[in-house]
Amino acid sequence: MNGNLPGLLMVDAGALERGKPQVSEVRDVIIIGSGPAGYTAALYAARARLSPLVFEGSVTSGGALMNTTDVENFPGFPDGILGPDLMDQLRKQAERFGAELVADDVTEVDLKATPKQIKVGEDVYFAQTVIIATGSGYRELGVPGEKRLSGHGVSWCATCDGFFFREQDIAVIGGGDSAMEEATFLTRFARSVTIVHRRDTLRASKIMQDRALANPKIKFAWDSEVAAVVGDDRVTGLRLRNVNTGEESTLPVSGMFVAIGHDPRSELFTGQLPTDAEGYLLVDQPSTRTAIDGVFAAGDVVDRTYRQAVTAAGTGCAAALDAERWLADHEA
Amino acid sequence: MGATKAVTEATFEVEVLKADKPVIVDYWAEWCGPCRMVAPVLEEIATEHADKLDVVKLNVDENPAIAQRYHIMNIPTMSVFKDGQVVKEIVGAKPKSALLRELAEFI
Repeated sequence: MNGNLPGLLMVDAGALERGKPQVSEVRDVIIIGSGPAGYTAALYAARARLSPLVFEGSVTSGGALMNTTDVENFPGFPDGILGPDLMDQLRKQAERFGAELVADDVTEVDLKATPKQIKVGEDVYFAQTVIIATGSGYRELGVPGEKRLSGHGVSWCATCDGFFFREQDIAVIGGGDSAMEEATFLTRFARSVTIVHRRDTLRASKIMQDRALANPKIKFAWDSEVAAVVGDDRVTGLRLRNVNTGEESTLPVSGMFVAIGHDPRSELFTGQLPTDAEGYLLVDQPSTRTAIDGVFAAGDVVDRTYRQAVTAAGTGCAAALDAERWLADHEA
Repeated sequence: MGATKAVTEATFEVEVLKADKPVIVDYWAEWCGPCRMVAPVLEEIATEHADKLDVVKLNVDENPAIAQRYHIMNIPTMSVFKDGQVVKEIVGAKPKSALLRELAEFI
C-alpha cells in the first residue's frame, strides 16, 4: 500500500507540518516507546527514509534514564553524561533526520490486523511495521505502608527527591547497580544511607559496589527484607526482617528509596505477543522479530539479561534494520 | 512558559492562597527528569481549562520554605489549592488522561 513512492512521502511532509498525521495514512514504521531503544530505532528508520512515527509516552518519554544522574558507561562520553541529557540528545538526533515524535501513550494495539493498528485514545494510526520499545517500569516492594506513604517518604526517584532529605537518615532497598547509584547519590544530601539487601552479597557491578562500600555515609543491612513501612502521615521507619533468622527490627529512617529492579512493560501486548513467565517479550534472537510478522521488539521489554542503555540502543538499531528489510521484502 | 505561571515565596499568597479559582501548584526542579516530562502535560491542561483553574509552577530549589511548609517530599507533586487550602495532592508524573481523571472534580 505504501512503499517509498514520492507522492506518499509528500503526504508525510504535509503531515509533519500540521503536527499530526492523517488517520487514514499507513506509515512504514510506528515505534512505541522511547528511551535508548526507541530513539535509536527512530534514528535508523528516519535515515532509511521510513518517516517513523514515535509514540514516546506522555510521562515515560526518555525511559528509565530520565530518573538517573550520571551515566558513566555509555560509550563516547568520557566524562559521563546526565541521563536526561543523553535522552535529549538521542531524541534530537532522531528528530534531525525526520522522525516524528509524539509524547502520547498508546492505549491499544491490533498487531495482527493488516495494516497494523495503533490506538491512542480515540485516534487510530496504521502501520506496516511496528517496533516495540516500551522498556520497563519500577518494581514495587508490595509491603504494607508502601503505597500509603508514597509521596510522604517513599520514593522511586533519588534524583528527584533526594533534595528533601537533607541531613536525614534514609534507606535504599536493593543490591544492584541502581541501588548503589542511588545510595551514593543520596549521600550528597542525607546524613546516612542504609542499603537494605536480601542477600549477603551485592549484584551490582564491581565499580559501583566499591564506591558504595567505601562511602562512610553508607551502611548495609544484609540478609534483610522490608516487612513494612512505618509512619502515620510520613515515613518514620522501616520494619526489617532478617531472611535467615526471621528476626524483626526497626530501622528509623524518614525516607525509603526503592531500587529493586524493573518489570517489562508488555501489558499492552498481552494476548497478542508471547512473553516469558516474567513478561519479557520473546523475539527470534539474534533478530528482533516477534511472533507476529512485521512486529519487532527491542530494549528492556525484551532484555532480561543485560538491560543497559547501550544494549538497548543496539537492539533498537537492529529492530529498525529488521523493519527496513521487512519493508523492502514486502514492497509491491 | 505559556499558560502556566511561576510563583515564588513572595507571590504565593496572592497567586495561590487568595486566588478565586482552584490553583494547581506544580512543585518542580531543574534536576528532576519526571518534572520535565510532566511539564508539557500541565501546560496543555492549563490552556484547555483556563476558565476553571490556574496552573502555577513552584521551583523547590529556589523556594524551599513553601515546599517545607506543605511537607513536599517528592517531585513532581501537584497540589490543588482551593480557598487557601490543599484539597488534592497528586504525587509523581502521570499521563494526561490520569491527571485529568484526578482533576475531574475541578474542571
